[in-house]
Amino acid sequence: MSAATDDPPWARRLLIALACVLGVLIFLAPLAAIFVEALRRGLEPALEAIAEPDALAAMRLTLLVAAIAVPVNTLGGLAASWAIAKFDFPGRRLLVTLIELPFSVSPVISGLVYVLIFGAQGWFGEWLRDRDIQIIFALPGLVLATTFVTFPFVARTLLPLMQEQGREEEEAAATLGAGGLQTFLRVTLPNVKWALLGGVLLCNARAMGEFGAVAVVSGHIRGQTNTMPLHVEILYNEYMFVGAFAVASLLALLGLVTLGAKAVLEYWTSRPIGMGA
Amino acid sequence: MSVEIEGITRDFGTAANPALRGVSLTMRQGEFIALLGPSGSGKTTLLRILAGLEFPDTGRVLIGGRDVAQVPARARNVGVVFQNYALFRHMSVFENVAFGLRVRPRAMRPAHAEIDRRVRELLALVQIPELAPRYPDQISGGQRQRVALARALAIEPQLLLLDEPFGALDALVRKDVRRWVRGLHDRLGLTSLLVTHDQEEAMEMADRVAVMDQGRIVQCDAPHLLLDAPASAFVARFVGDANRLEGVVRGERIIIDGLGAYGAAGLPDGDAEVFIRPGDVAVAPPRAGLSAGVAEWARPAEHGRWKVLVAIAEHRLEGYAAHPVERGAACAVEFRAMTAFGAGGERLSLHGRQVEQA
Repeated sequence: MSAATDDPPWARRLLIALACVLGVLIFLAPLAAIFVEALRRGLEPALEAIAEPDALAAMRLTLLVAAIAVPVNTLGGLAASWAIAKFDFPGRRLLVTLIELPFSVSPVISGLVYVLIFGAQGWFGEWLRDRDIQIIFALPGLVLATTFVTFPFVARTLLPLMQEQGREEEEAAATLGAGGLQTFLRVTLPNVKWALLGGVLLCNARAMGEFGAVAVVSGHIRGQTNTMPLHVEILYNEYMFVGAFAVASLLALLGLVTLGAKAVLEYWTSRPIGMGA
Repeated sequence: MSVEIEGITRDFGTAANPALRGVSLTMRQGEFIALLGPSGSGKTTLLRILAGLEFPDTGRVLIGGRDVAQVPARARNVGVVFQNYALFRHMSVFENVAFGLRVRPRAMRPAHAEIDRRVRELLALVQIPELAPRYPDQISGGQRQRVALARALAIEPQLLLLDEPFGALDALVRKDVRRWVRGLHDRLGLTSLLVTHDQEEAMEMADRVAVMDQGRIVQCDAPHLLLDAPASAFVARFVGDANRLEGVVRGERIIIDGLGAYGAAGLPDGDAEVFIRPGDVAVAPPRAGLSAGVAEWARPAEHGRWKVLVAIAEHRLEGYAAHPVERGAACAVEFRAMTAFGAGGERLSLHGRQVEQA
């Protein structure tokens, strides 16, 4: 280290201490608080709150919504980033901007838009009612809102990597006689598989934790349209703190597992390809 | 496999993809042709059109007598070695070479054992059999280039396209690899097209060199003809290593300021460009009747000669002296040959006694 970049020891220690304090205050303390509150009266009340029928229904619904939204976004994100990175077509830039739209719009607004379109008073409200199709305050609405909000995760993870890798390998595959699907399955997909997995993990974590958009379209019908984050809110508002924090712990654990899995992935893929693949 | 290119044009409307403005070229079966030109002259665009990765706006391309206008890259069976090799990074060297065989339709796909045998044979041909299990990021640039070549040859192409394949190699390796690739071309009976901006590479490897400038082939000839009879001032400037002088033609005489006047029968009055190769500039001690100058620098060259940069008036001329010359010494120059281009592109070549001051 050169003298020019070598800060005095006290300054370095001070900065490191500051970073640690902030880290604890902002990240660790709230996380710890969730588990502490959940276990305030011991393990049993917490487990009871989780095993309660409404809580179980909320978990099932959350898993179901994620099980639909995540595969849809995986395919959609893969298709979008593939099209943008490997082909030239009019409107390419517009598509890039559109992919980021869900990130820049408040989730509550995203939810409201669906109410506006499919709700009883909405554009298609009457048409849907005549046919006895319910979208808002039902599973389709939850899936729609979640899919919209979590769409960018897969696409935004893949796009920079695909653009950096360019089209050369695909062109080489074409000159060697490979068709479009063969090229995609044998060349394009294997080149991004780890990034894809990382994007899917993030997308899944967000799909399960999504609150704002889902809150608007859910209708909060207990045991029917309540997802885990909504269930946490209801319990909290009813002063059932142990239950609220117990379910919240589950969500937090889910986030931690996702982060852990992503870290392992990144460790794997940072090694030379020959060893990792 | 013979190739005929007739009047191809291609305009992308962007500078990133240089345009082609009416290119025609015929390659005979077994011929090795180099496309030589500065960057942006359209040589890679032409190669991509032959590979089927681009399609021309107008004009025809015949490969082996077949019009390939509607034939996509994957159906052309043309081997391509890309500039940065474009190896499949997640596949071993073995799998890279096997790719072209594995993606064949089931009916035409060789059996596993046969693929294995063919790949080992190809890796032996490019002299890297021991690298089969390695990955592209674990081998050197020269080795990658051999893998790219083996991969392209795996589909048994009769036409091989090489896009600046030696650019990433260091100078010492490059010379060997050049000769080795040319040898392979002859041994396998291929027809090859090499894209390069390195004239030494083009001259050494190719039967004919097509010089490209701004989307056109300005001359396609055997290497010695490019040097002896350049078709235009651009070719004379780009190929070889000539002193370029500006002159004026007046009444069948070309006047080069400070270097005298020379007979110029056939050139119209007006500006002219004169090219004199260093080998045709004899540097001698000052003598009456010769243009006199000063040696700016001098260094020993092959055959006991000295290469000298002579400053005469505002000109700087490279030439050779038969005797040692000291920096700053007074000296004179004598021209043994020169090529001049008139204002309308007319060429005049002067040799020996023709190059006498008139």
